[in-house]
Amino acid sequence: MEKALKRYAPIFILPTFLAFVIGFIVPFIEGLYLSFCKFTTVDNATWVGLTNYIAAIKDTSFTDSFKFSVMFSVVSILTINVLAFGLALLLTQNLRGTNIFRTVFFMPNLIGGIVLGYIWQILINCVLSLTAQPLLALNSKAGYWGMIILMCWQQIGYMMIIYIAGLQNVPDSLIEAAKIDGATNLQTLIKIKVPMVMSSITICVFLTLTNSFKLFDQNLALTGGDPNHTTEMLALNIYQTFYARSGMQWKGYGQAKAVIFCLIVIVISFAQLRATRSKEVQQ
Amino acid sequence: MKNKKRWIALGLVAAMAVGTLAGCGGKKEEGGDGEATGSVYYLNFKPEQDEQWQELAKAYTEETGVKVEVVTAASGEYETTLMSEMGKSGAPTLFQVNGPVGLANWKDYCYDLSDSDVYKQLTSEDYALKDGDKVAGIAYVIESYGLIVNKTLLAKAGYTIDDIQSFADLKKVAEDITARSSELGFAAFTSAGMDGSSDWRFKTHLANLPIYFEYQEDGIGTTDAIKGTYLDNYRNIWDLYINNSTCAPAELAAKTGDDSRNEFLAGQAVFFQNGSWEYGNLTADGTFTDDDLAMIPIYIGAGDEANQGLCTGTENYWCVNSEADEADIQATLDFMNWCVTSEKGTKAMGEDMGFVIPFKNAVESQNLFVKQDKEMTEAGKTPVSWNFPTMPSEEWKNGVGQALTAYAADQTDEQWAGVVSAFVDGWKTEYELANQQ
Amino acid sequence: MDKKRKPGSMIWTIILGIASVLWIYPVVMILLNSLKKESAISTAAAFKLPTADSFTGIANYIDAIASKGFLSSLGFSTFITITSVTAILICCSMCAWYITRVKGVISQVLYYLFVFSMVVPFQMVMFTLSQTADKLKLNTPWNIWIIYLGFGAGLAVFMFCGFVKSIPIEVEEAAMIDGCNPLQTFFLIDVHILKPTMISVGILEAMWVWNDYLLPTLVLDIKKYKTIPMLIQYFRGSYGKVEMGPMMASIMLTVIPIIIVYLAGQKYIIKGVAAGAVKG
Repeated sequence: MEKALKRYAPIFILPTFLAFVIGFIVPFIEGLYLSFCKFTTVDNATWVGLTNYIAAIKDTSFTDSFKFSVMFSVVSILTINVLAFGLALLLTQNLRGTNIFRTVFFMPNLIGGIVLGYIWQILINCVLSLTAQPLLALNSKAGYWGMIILMCWQQIGYMMIIYIAGLQNVPDSLIEAAKIDGATNLQTLIKIKVPMVMSSITICVFLTLTNSFKLFDQNLALTGGDPNHTTEMLALNIYQTFYARSGMQWKGYGQAKAVIFCLIVIVISFAQLRATRSKEVQQ
Repeated sequence: MKNKKRWIALGLVAAMAVGTLAGCGGKKEEGGDGEATGSVYYLNFKPEQDEQWQELAKAYTEETGVKVEVVTAASGEYETTLMSEMGKSGAPTLFQVNGPVGLANWKDYCYDLSDSDVYKQLTSEDYALKDGDKVAGIAYVIESYGLIVNKTLLAKAGYTIDDIQSFADLKKVAEDITARSSELGFAAFTSAGMDGSSDWRFKTHLANLPIYFEYQEDGIGTTDAIKGTYLDNYRNIWDLYINNSTCAPAELAAKTGDDSRNEFLAGQAVFFQNGSWEYGNLTADGTFTDDDLAMIPIYIGAGDEANQGLCTGTENYWCVNSEADEADIQATLDFMNWCVTSEKGTKAMGEDMGFVIPFKNAVESQNLFVKQDKEMTEAGKTPVSWNFPTMPSEEWKNGVGQALTAYAADQTDEQWAGVVSAFVDGWKTEYELANQQ
Repeated sequence: MDKKRKPGSMIWTIILGIASVLWIYPVVMILLNSLKKESAISTAAAFKLPTADSFTGIANYIDAIASKGFLSSLGFSTFITITSVTAILICCSMCAWYITRVKGVISQVLYYLFVFSMVVPFQMVMFTLSQTADKLKLNTPWNIWIIYLGFGAGLAVFMFCGFVKSIPIEVEEAAMIDGCNPLQTFFLIDVHILKPTMISVGILEAMWVWNDYLLPTLVLDIKKYKTIPMLIQYFRGSYGKVEMGPMMASIMLTVIPIIIVYLAGQKYIIKGVAAGAVKG
């Protein structure tokens, strides 16, 4: 069968591969190259060596945005996963209205980041205004918590669905057996349910981690990095360096930052992948 | 059978290629037309005039057959849009810079306009933006700003605008209104709006005054390091604004520019710092007529206050993309010239868009504030020029705005030191960043 | 087991009910405000219900639809989403089938390249991708699907590979013996088996393409084309003045179709998401 298939390789592979070359491979290699260059377009690049990387690392707005991203990610991963898991537990208890609740909680996930950002900007600004506090654009604390609330609103439903799927795979017989042995609800939860849905937990942590780290649209729409870049995450910082600062050198800095950002994300992903693998072996 | 498979494979690949080329072909056809007559792509800065520009472009196309495309960048995103569009083929042929600082970044893209017809239409050399001998940009709109006064309310408080001839007068009137505000039912100044919606009124427009007087004193037009000679005056006027406002100073940060405008419209405050572009918003629904309003200079207690006029100038310069095709450049120049000379063009710019344009054929503006500016200049007052285009970067403005907001919430000397530092040290850092090669 | 409702479950139902109301409140708030007059929409009054005074009916909606080319943006967004998702589903499933079934260096390399591309953040390629797209004239809604196919291939191929592995190869071999060529085998046998996966991948990719902001902003020829997210961003208005009324109306106009599609197909969407995530 392989032989027959091989003759068909162009039909099966080529369309995707060509698009992949155009949409990913070429831009990626060019991007890597340009991070060592000074340029305004791909065609007028001149080699400058590591200058861009040095400037990128020295740029405090970049390191600050890294810290902000980390702070944001840690808190949002915790809150999203704890709340989503709690909801999933409740919604697998055969409560009245389970379907409606599931539908409602999942809904925000389908709304795009830009729209989400504006919805919450209006709402949060109203609250701040009524309590006579500085508006989002002037209030980095509100900006930070606003983004966390926004992310929770958007992501909890999604993660909840994954946890529900995981919990439903826990065999009833196991839980019943535990109950017969006199285990309390809490014990069944910690000793049986949590270990059984460990793979769902890893997936959700991974998804929330990459989502928070790569966050862009919501950040742009809700705070735009205001006040004074204090609520700017990595992706937005790179975008701002690229397009909001005029002057030839900034593009190179931006590209160098993007490469660094890319490396960080790759390292995180591989660490996560290894963790997942080792868990799977145990099971 | 084997052949058939090959054909299918080829067919699929070909379909992809056609998909790619179809785009190519379509574009080339347009380009083909362009080579014969040229076409114009104007990246417009002012979203509030988008509709009028679209109409004007359509009218021009109907009249001459030349294609004009107008794209307006979303507010606050002009620079990002321009940056990404300039990197593409079919880049804008007509764009704008805000003055010398903006020009520094785009001068390589600016076509020399010194031989163009539109340059010869300028009423004064001052409205050309020069890069050495090259005319890189041409101002297309002149605007004024100052303190917009609700004369009716001012009269209720027992004053007229003639009572305000200096900072001392302004302070006296404002503080008197505040003292009696519960009895009068209104405050002196509208709230601030320190978020992106109107922070430019303070970090940019108000900050222009200390910079202007420093430049005047030193006889310069731009600098790499501001000294901050008049920052105490800046503090005084800012204190006056925030302590005599519709809300407590600490609450200023909870208001937006729209709130500020709505307060003025609702008669809750006498003074509203803004510019001639607000005329439309204030008179649109008949809330105010010309008899209710006036614009007075922003006095900060520096220079010759008796002869101080409104702040009048421009930060809108047209530039033509020198990297565009010959034909497109020519088409763009023709379009610009048509806008400022033809009846339709001048009428659209002067009346529909409400601009004062610095060109010989300009129509008389119906804008009250513009008329006032003209009267004041004729009466021998010196307009305060716009020096904020020499501010080193947006970053600098944001830094100052941030510090002003922090100071408003906590009016101590330490907080003010933050403003001074953002103003003076920030200028130096940002200037170096912007000019390093 | 006989699933009886536990005592005390009513309390949880009530708590969750309140939470649900809070959960949809932000959308309801935008809906209410979109019915208010421009001058009645202020920062502090967003929570207030529209009154007889401030109510304007659907005026803001008419404004939004009429003034800024909302309908054409809706058309572009719909077209781009449909073409991109179709292209991704057909091309990527074929590609995934091939690289799972034909073992070899090429398949291995391709697989790892696809997985790698999944991880790379968009900012890494945003500038160069917009330049490449511009050079190849892939900057119209009619062919931007090629870019989406290329950049979205990673996730789709990865997910399809996971599912193809679980299809017993014997079924395919039987079909081949019966005289099917690989194309026929794939479209007659595998596509059928892959249908649930197709739905999950389709939903995930559709959500991405429909809501994507940065890619179309940088790639599309903005002289002519705006997608819905670009339009919303654009509504932020001008020098100091934000047209809040039409902006909220256009937010609602974007959200309502999504909610309708969601309510109609929620069974598939929720299942698809769960299935996709578990394998992914």
